[in-house]
Amino acid sequence: MNMTLIWIVQLLCVPALSPLCIGVIKKIKAKLQNRVGASIVQPYRDLWKLLHKDEIVSRDASWIFKAAPFIIYAVTLVAGASIPLFASFLKNPFTGDLITVVYTLAIGTFFLALAGMDTGSPFGGFGSSREMTVSALAEGGLVFSLFTVALVSNSTNLFAICATGQLLQGQSFLPMALAFSGFFIVLLAENARFPFDNPATHLELTMIHEAMILEYSGKRLALMEWASANKLVIFSALTANLFFPWGLAGNTGLFSIATGLAIFILKIVFFCGVIALLESGMAKLRFFRLPDLLIIAFIFNVIAIGLIKP
Amino acid sequence: MITLFTIPTTFTLLLSLFSAGAIGSLCLFNHDELANRWSGIFSIAGSALGIILGIAVMATGHTGSFVFGASSFPLLSLSFHLDQLSAFFIFTISIIALFCSIYGLGYVRHYYGKYSIGALGFFYNLFILAMLLVVSSANGLLFIIVWEIMSVSSYFLVVYDRQDKRNVKAGLLYLIMTHVGTAFIVLSFLLLYKYTSSFDFATIKAGMALIPSFVKNAIFILALIGFGTKAGIIPLHIWLPSAHPAAPSHVSALMSGVMIKTGIYMMIRMFLGLLSPVPLWWGLTVLVLGSVSALLGVLYALTEHDIKRLLAYHSIENIGIILLGLGSALTFSALNLPSLALLGLVAALFHTLNHATFKSLLFLSAGSVIHQTRTRNMEDYGGLIKTMPQTAFFFLIGAMAISALPPLNGFFSEWLTFQTLFHGMASLNYWTKWIFVLSAGSLAFTGGLALACFVKAFGAVFLARPRSDSASRAKESGLSLRIGMGALAMVILYLGLFSGMVVSFLERIAGDLGVFRDAPSLIASTDHSQLGIGLNFASVSAPVLAIGFILAVGAVWLAIKYGVYRKQNVRVGVTWDCGTNLTPRMEITATGFSRSIITIFKGILRPSLQHDIEYHDAESRYLPKSRTVTLGVRDVYQTYFYRPLQRLANDAFQRTTNIQSGNLNAYILYILIALIIGLYWVL
Repeated sequence: MNMTLIWIVQLLCVPALSPLCIGVIKKIKAKLQNRVGASIVQPYRDLWKLLHKDEIVSRDASWIFKAAPFIIYAVTLVAGASIPLFASFLKNPFTGDLITVVYTLAIGTFFLALAGMDTGSPFGGFGSSREMTVSALAEGGLVFSLFTVALVSNSTNLFAICATGQLLQGQSFLPMALAFSGFFIVLLAENARFPFDNPATHLELTMIHEAMILEYSGKRLALMEWASANKLVIFSALTANLFFPWGLAGNTGLFSIATGLAIFILKIVFFCGVIALLESGMAKLRFFRLPDLLIIAFIFNVIAIGLIKP
Repeated sequence: MITLFTIPTTFTLLLSLFSAGAIGSLCLFNHDELANRWSGIFSIAGSALGIILGIAVMATGHTGSFVFGASSFPLLSLSFHLDQLSAFFIFTISIIALFCSIYGLGYVRHYYGKYSIGALGFFYNLFILAMLLVVSSANGLLFIIVWEIMSVSSYFLVVYDRQDKRNVKAGLLYLIMTHVGTAFIVLSFLLLYKYTSSFDFATIKAGMALIPSFVKNAIFILALIGFGTKAGIIPLHIWLPSAHPAAPSHVSALMSGVMIKTGIYMMIRMFLGLLSPVPLWWGLTVLVLGSVSALLGVLYALTEHDIKRLLAYHSIENIGIILLGLGSALTFSALNLPSLALLGLVAALFHTLNHATFKSLLFLSAGSVIHQTRTRNMEDYGGLIKTMPQTAFFFLIGAMAISALPPLNGFFSEWLTFQTLFHGMASLNYWTKWIFVLSAGSLAFTGGLALACFVKAFGAVFLARPRSDSASRAKESGLSLRIGMGALAMVILYLGLFSGMVVSFLERIAGDLGVFRDAPSLIASTDHSQLGIGLNFASVSAPVLAIGFILAVGAVWLAIKYGVYRKQNVRVGVTWDCGTNLTPRMEITATGFSRSIITIFKGILRPSLQHDIEYHDAESRYLPKSRTVTLGVRDVYQTYFYRPLQRLANDAFQRTTNIQSGNLNAYILYILIALIIGLYWVL
């Protein structure tokens, strides 16, 4: 296949798959609660519906509130192009560095939190405050789990790490397993899932992510929802490809790409299932217990780095 | 340029421009407008010339060593040495001074008739002049003299707004701390003199072999305390958050942006220049100090609701990040890994330049806000993005740069620092490795907390509704203020987008230091658009990132706006708030925003909560009339470091009263005894 075409697939992969992931999680959770649940394509329909709604914008809002959804969505697109998804032969020396990806995603968090404060609603403000608290404390675990992987594979470029392949074995098994645990905790924190946040509620005093986007409606709400789904796919893809780099397309053949894509979707759906199981099986933690969990993620990775032989 | 003006003549011209600006504005003391213009124009011209001189020296690689006149003192010579490192710092000081001076032209106006503008112009020009001399002097005694001129002139700028008693107090603290620092610097120079018999930097370096290693260690500790006080590393930082906010905003920008960097300059000059080769523990000490300063600096910044104090604490944080680069450079150089040491120093230099730009921009835009609202309390702001859109935009640029968001410049220097620490983690063993691990952890958490702090700052100052009358009446600032801020924002964008080029430039400057003469370079930025380390180890490209963002935002905007449902109707409404009337008091405040982080770190920050309840009837205490809650952060350094130190000193001084009888005969006896001992010693 043509390289340009492959890059287009890579670019579209994240936004195309993200509503599906949300659908799968919701479906599994519904099944576990003895409900039938909506179809797994329901999130696509929801986005389509929101895109065709009129909008109401607060009179206190500035251009930050209006521009934020576009910026946040664009950030997830750039981050989606900067991480390995389905092919191990792609290279991105421009934006594919792990620190670059972490800080690129931080732009999204920055504008999301500002947008939450912009309308002057107490909900938005406290949502932003909590979001920044959680993401500040998650930063250490996030950077360090990526560092652990980078130390094992001797490169900080995510594509290069992925191309090294087969990391979960031999001497590096234990550090990688620890790094995986740390990274998974951060995934839950960064994507506002249990036990950090409850993505299913509105107007609960504990909510974080939903509080910040409370004032959005119509197209901008659609973008916000879609962007947060994109972020979930980005984190799942990182988990899938850094810690379990199996089944990636090794060459540009059509069959190889198709298998790579199929295995990638399977892996993502599997992680969605794990998240759904976790969410059905545990309660949300009290806000001031969250730092403990995030520091545990960091400590895991410090131990992991200690276990790696230089 | 260099053929027309040799380095000494240009340098003389530079000095005379600032001197003329200083003396001229003092002569015009009873004409405010004229004094301001005079001081502004000369400092602008001087800074512009400084930029040219800096670039010329860096680009041509020429080194200038020259002596002015013959000194009548044997040890003091007015000798200067301009090498690449000096030129880099001259460039950094001049570029910040240029935009601060343009900004000052308009900003100073509100002091007309209140204070002497001539005096402000005098000390302002003298201050910049002294900073330029500090980074170019080649003689220890000359250095201490210009260092003192810098400290004293900045003291007068700190107490300029003298009607506010707090400013005078802050100035006093600054004066004391800076002289304690100077005392340590003098001690370290005296030790150097004792063993090399010279104050001349070149002679000292040549005689380095004469100094025993324990004396070298003593010199290191003395110099670290002395220059660390100026740089503001924790726990020597206590003057910084009170002195920087007290000065007029364009002076705060200079102090936070460049003055504290003179401490960094001398650390590089001494540890990597004069005193090299260095033992391992020096670098590790600097690393630990850097990580503590970075993490605690940002945590204290989060507790602040005075906007300039918040920015001052961020200076401490960023000095910490610079020290992480410098500390790893020292460590690697002690372990004989010159390529990695070079990488660390480049990271430190790049962050020095970057922090100078974005911190000045933030101070200038904070000054623009204070100029309009007449308060530094962030709780009295709010909604200023509507009345001051340009100031808000510049503050946003600065906030994004300091939070290390790509593709702005702060990101690339933090990226280099991260890479340096990562290499330390990967290639070292045992406890050196662990210090690198903890430093990297501190840097990661610092990054996250800085982002939170600037969301708080931008949100509380510019977003939502105005929380006070003065905030709702604010207007956009004047043209010269906006030019000063806008130009700095452009510099930030430029340094970010062309980071590949800038870094290869900085690598040449760092490589000019003796220790790195033939270190193979790790930084690979072949086509200047990409910044890379090692062979395919790591790379990042600023232009691609920037173009990627612009394309992605544009594509999303076009697709959503015109791709679907073009007839969309957007209405303006009221923020939904459960049906109650929304007042500005219901918005989140700066204090409220950081409350949860303060609670989480209460072990370190020691917050104190004080309730004051006033009752309608003090006897029965059933119906409270008003409640006041005071949330503060206890000053741990005062309680656990400075107070015990003061008590110790007081005790010692109390003891000496035992021999102070007040009896003249006793004193004559003391003199006699001292004379006899002295004579015995000499003979």
